[in-house]
Amino acid sequence: MSPPIVEAKNLRKVYGHDNTEVVALKGASFSVAGGEVVALLGPSGAGKSTLLSILGLVTAPTSGSVTIAGTAVVDGARELGDMRAFRRQHIGFVFQKANLIPFLTAVENVQVAMEINDLPSREARRRSLELLDYLGVADRANHRPVELSGGQQQRIAVARALANKPGLILADEPTAALDGERGRQVMELFARVAHEQGAAVIVVTHDHRALDVFDRHLEMEDGELKSA
Amino acid sequence: MNLALRDVRYHLGSFVFTTVGIGLLLMIVMGMGGIYRGLVDDATVLIDRIDADLWVVQRDTRGPFAEVSRLPAALEDRLRAVPGVSASRRFVSHTIQREHAGRSVRMTVQGLAWPEDHGAWLPLIAGRSLDTAHFGLIADRSLGLDLGETLQLGQDRYTVVGITAGMISQAGDGMAFFTSNDAQAIQNDGDGESQRLERAARSARVGAADIGRIQPGLIERAGGSSGNVPVLAPPPVSAVQVWVAPGTDPAQVARTIAGWGDASVYTSAEQRDLLLAGPVDKSRRQIGLFRALLIAISAIIMALVIYTMTLDKVHDIALLKLMGARNRVIVGLILQQSLLLGTLGYAIAWLLGQRIFPLFPRRVLITGPDLLMLAGIVVGISVLASGLGIWKAMRVRAGEVLS
Repeated sequence: MSPPIVEAKNLRKVYGHDNTEVVALKGASFSVAGGEVVALLGPSGAGKSTLLSILGLVTAPTSGSVTIAGTAVVDGARELGDMRAFRRQHIGFVFQKANLIPFLTAVENVQVAMEINDLPSREARRRSLELLDYLGVADRANHRPVELSGGQQQRIAVARALANKPGLILADEPTAALDGERGRQVMELFARVAHEQGAAVIVVTHDHRALDVFDRHLEMEDGELKSA
Repeated sequence: MNLALRDVRYHLGSFVFTTVGIGLLLMIVMGMGGIYRGLVDDATVLIDRIDADLWVVQRDTRGPFAEVSRLPAALEDRLRAVPGVSASRRFVSHTIQREHAGRSVRMTVQGLAWPEDHGAWLPLIAGRSLDTAHFGLIADRSLGLDLGETLQLGQDRYTVVGITAGMISQAGDGMAFFTSNDAQAIQNDGDGESQRLERAARSARVGAADIGRIQPGLIERAGGSSGNVPVLAPPPVSAVQVWVAPGTDPAQVARTIAGWGDASVYTSAEQRDLLLAGPVDKSRRQIGLFRALLIAISAIIMALVIYTMTLDKVHDIALLKLMGARNRVIVGLILQQSLLLGTLGYAIAWLLGQRIFPLFPRRVLITGPDLLMLAGIVVGISVLASGLGIWKAMRVRAGEVLS
């Protein structure tokens, strides 16, 4: 078994205070190993998105800690500070909508993530094209997002998430805008990425049709992790 | 990868439209500067071209460019006798507006001190300088007169023998150069009836005086042409220009002349300063203030344009932050677009100005230093304008992509 890429301990998140207090997370603890693809399930309002934004170093928890790739990046309610450097090296994001930058072509959307991480432009382009080829969308490299189908856009988004070879990939309902077949293809893609590239992949999903693709399921309800 | 250029390429239509708008605004700023420069240049062109060492004017007046100045024509000869003076020439200047060939021609009449001055110093673009004592004129091309064309001024008909360029008065009227006698004849021209009445009145005054009763021949003389009446002085002149001999200190000559009771004296530089501080000053300040306002308006409009462009990209900026982009990537994106907008706007302003400014009724003089200064201002307001967009971008949270 690979060592855990991400390890969360007693994560608790409270929004508001006194009468307006809402407890979004009630002490969630879990870990995900490299090469493991995990589904994060649960109804709306269960706390999935809050958990994902804490793992993505966008929101600080009220208490608890997170260790990613051996680095303790979150410790209690301490301000996160500027975690951009850590994020660009260790975390890749995929969203419900592909969220591609509209004024860049498919290959440029991947390339920009690499250049942000200081990879020279020429090398970034070469590797971006390789990634698009790996994900089966090389023929769409020079098309802008509006010229791509939803499935193609999500593949480009996956390629962008993989751009800097992150240890952790977080996906927030990446198949919500896709039909069943294309949704499954994307889920299989995550599994392939996790298994072949050794990344830990956490996918928030409502889509129960492709759960067999995942190595493990985490069920959330009312801010609590039911099964880990 | 240059994100700014890629965004511009994607939104090319709106960017071009916006840039043309900014360009038109900057063209007005450029034009106001050019009008200001043209105003100063027009006002001082004659003083600079004549390049006299001293200007002698009516006592306690500021000279013919600032107010009415009238001096006896004989002062020209008196000045020649001052030690250190190498030359003096009378200066006659006035403005007339006459009908010619079915249109109104407004010109500033300048008298050349014939026969010493033929107008050889004028910037001729066609024809020649004056070579006869009467009935020739050199016209600025802004007057729209052709070489060889004749025009009736008072009792006489004058022929255009030369054309100049850029000889414009401070009021924006083209200059026409005559011999000083012709210029005075045009200035003092009256119709036949008023001349007859003036002569009759003169005869009556002489006839009523003792000398007229003693010498009846004087009555007849007084009723003739004023040029034949010795006691009548020739028409006054506006000023007299003085050149000093080589090695002579103009200040010393000026001190001598300043001691006279009927004249004031200025150097060319002083005359220039008086002109700019006087009639030109208010126009100059008005244009300057208007220009400053336009620059401020341009900066505000550019800031709003850049802010709006940034608002359009808030989601993309949040995404870039989530991906870990440094602030300099985002600042660079906004600042480069602002500079591009300013630079292209400036280029459009210059290109359009080249075609449009010559159509203006007054000269719009665009000089290299002014262009450089405006370029610096445009860079400055581009940077300032990007500040609002950058402020907005810095406040965008990476988490906005997730919400």
